[in-house]
Amino acid sequence: MAEKRITIQATRFDPEKDSAPRLQSYDIPFPDDSMVVLDALNYIKAHVDGTLSYRWSCRMGICGSCGMMVNGTPKLTCNAFLRDYWPRPVIVQPLNNFPIIRDLVIDMDDFMHKLKSVQPWIIRKQEIPLGGGEHRQTTAQIDEFKQFSQCINCMLCYAACPVYGLNNDFLGPAAIALARRYNLDSRDEGFTKRLPVIADSEGIWECSFVGECSVVCPKGVDPAKAIQQTKLDTTLRFTLPFGNRD
Amino acid sequence: MGTESYDVLVIGGGLAGIRASIAAVEANPRIRVGMISKVYPMRSHTVSAEGGAAAVLRPEDSYETHAFDTIKGSDYLADQDVVEAFVREAPIEVIQMEHWGCPWSRDPDGKISVRPFGGMTTWRTCFAADKSGFHMLHTVFQTSLKYEQIHRHDEAFVTKLLIEDSRCVGVVALDQRTGRFDAITAKAVILATGGLGRVYAFTTNGNICTGDGMALAYRAGAGLKDMEMVQFHPTGLPFTGILITEAVRGEGGYLTNKNGDRFLKDYVPNKMELGPRDIISRAMVTEFESGRGFEGPHGKYMNLDVRHLGEEVIDRKLPFMRELGREFMGIDIVHDPIPVRPVQHYMMGGVGADISGATEILGLYAAGECANVGLNGGNRLGSNSLSECLVFGAASGRAAAEYAGSAKPVTANPVDAMLWDEARRVEAAYLEKTGGDEKIGTIREEMQRDMDAGAGVFRTKEGLEKLTDQLGGLRERFGRIKIEDSSRTFNTELTAAMELDFMLEVSQTIVASALARDESRGAHARRDFPERNDEKFLKHTVAFSRGIEDPRPRLEYRDVRITNFKPQARTY
Repeated sequence: MAEKRITIQATRFDPEKDSAPRLQSYDIPFPDDSMVVLDALNYIKAHVDGTLSYRWSCRMGICGSCGMMVNGTPKLTCNAFLRDYWPRPVIVQPLNNFPIIRDLVIDMDDFMHKLKSVQPWIIRKQEIPLGGGEHRQTTAQIDEFKQFSQCINCMLCYAACPVYGLNNDFLGPAAIALARRYNLDSRDEGFTKRLPVIADSEGIWECSFVGECSVVCPKGVDPAKAIQQTKLDTTLRFTLPFGNRD
Repeated sequence: MGTESYDVLVIGGGLAGIRASIAAVEANPRIRVGMISKVYPMRSHTVSAEGGAAAVLRPEDSYETHAFDTIKGSDYLADQDVVEAFVREAPIEVIQMEHWGCPWSRDPDGKISVRPFGGMTTWRTCFAADKSGFHMLHTVFQTSLKYEQIHRHDEAFVTKLLIEDSRCVGVVALDQRTGRFDAITAKAVILATGGLGRVYAFTTNGNICTGDGMALAYRAGAGLKDMEMVQFHPTGLPFTGILITEAVRGEGGYLTNKNGDRFLKDYVPNKMELGPRDIISRAMVTEFESGRGFEGPHGKYMNLDVRHLGEEVIDRKLPFMRELGREFMGIDIVHDPIPVRPVQHYMMGGVGADISGATEILGLYAAGECANVGLNGGNRLGSNSLSECLVFGAASGRAAAEYAGSAKPVTANPVDAMLWDEARRVEAAYLEKTGGDEKIGTIREEMQRDMDAGAGVFRTKEGLEKLTDQLGGLRERFGRIKIEDSSRTFNTELTAAMELDFMLEVSQTIVASALARDESRGAHARRDFPERNDEKFLKHTVAFSRGIEDPRPRLEYRDVRITNFKPQARTY
């Protein structure tokens, strides 16, 4: 029997040489049904073309490095199985809505700034000393914010977000979900500090209920819900007579 | 080329590195801290840690038992004064993480919950479901964003430590995005670069775990301690090597062979599934060799069975394991056993450092997996490493801040010259190199296969000697590599080549240290010397470089510091 093979078409772009991204085709062996798109890229890099650039590390869906467009859908390539695409070719492109640094590597500085802007840390009016032990927190209180704490910053939601695609000033799904994660944490008192950043940010009102971000999230986070809840918080704050919520 | 200067420079953005950065700033809010990471910090391999962090938090627990468990687990190669200090600091650090927002799993009374773990005599492993490392890393990283004194250099790859008058004064780093070489100087430098699992083919470690910090320190003249002590975790998924957490057994999972027997009754009858990793991994390999393993498409395996725990416990305590089973194996662990086999997981060895993280090079500190402070000896207990990153990350941050406060400033002239020399070296060796016919991918795969075969769970003199020759041959071929990518922009072939250079270096220290230790202790199991020999080998191995001309490390031995726990037979 002939060896099973698969075609990978990967975006190539080196700003030192290329004026625009292009697709390069690689025909590689596909000997094992357990292979994922990332395995294919690693095969190409090790044995066919050492110049292909992309990010990856944990290959277990938790480090968030290997997000790419796979046949037009944002995916973690470490758990996108080739068997789900074969015998069709697999088109691997950098995540939508981001500038390309090189090949499949996107520039995510914008997110790093936005992440910091929502103050993703516990804010308290008064710190309790370490000697005072832990804050008590029930499982029910953890469940309030738990899903929003599962974000791995993989950027798939930004690649899927039509609002971010039109307007990069939009704070975006993951940053809002992470702001929500802290706002909902029983230990946190930073709601009023974060609210202006989120309320004044561009684009939050353009977000529809489409929820592409939640659909593509590989970790079951529902950023669309975080955004809708945040809109509600914002409205309450400006309509209630004593809207000084903490 | 550029130059930037800090008081304290941290290399690595995982749990130890970020904890060190924060500790340095909190020790002295007026200092400037630089943090270099070859990836965005939240990609660091801490993210993959699952089970939890050990700390004495309960009234029924005690520092003495945590210390004793750790020392016995280490097969008495741990430095006992370090262990005793560690167990006292760990609870403080766990509480600190709680204050920073770590979503630790809780008991009904709202206090931090604990679970049982291998080699621990009582429940003391704090956890955030089975994503403890992920939550700890994101918590500490996001918290670090509030400190304006911490300046990050993300995706910068350190190629060399700058040493001036026997003192470490910074690094040369390649900015991956621009291809620019920078000298980043500092009065004190902390290495927190993690492990080296990628020298093996079958490993739980991510692609970034290539022993960079160990190789950098070794080349700068520091000693690498106990490098023969490589941990093999009993439960990795076949093919990928993805880690299945020890917490699966902590929560009550069974390990069974193809006869359906919980075979650990023949090896660690009093601990069963909660025995230490080194012994369980050996038990599994022994069972495989006796024909009692399952045969699968990706080699032999055992079953790890949690079906009796029920869906509710699994979803509350082990949700990520269920997700990994579904996503990567196409199984539901609620209904199917998990196929597992031993897999390289952790490096006990590392850059020799004292209790404050200080190495033998003035101004150079080390913390976390890349360091060897004497905590783990021959075998680390599960859940001690996340705590180690916190405790010794913080200690090294404080010590480095204090040293930086009194250290002389770094002088510019020799640094400029060193930057120039290092940039030229990398350009000549890789970017401008012509000719060559060896692919780095091929050399790397051969190294990994050879290390699996020769320096795995069991070792022999013959196997290690063969491996020495193989690594020598690979080092020689590395000189003839062909680099296809000459771009300055995000050239991952260049970084992969430099990582391979580091990996070949540290592999040689593993093999030389293993070959010289004619006994079996902890994770170092020699078939030709199956017994522990305290008379000769109750000592740390320290490997020093002889320079690029001679790849064989020079070995020295240091006494293990014993305080309250006299070595005894290690049975469970």
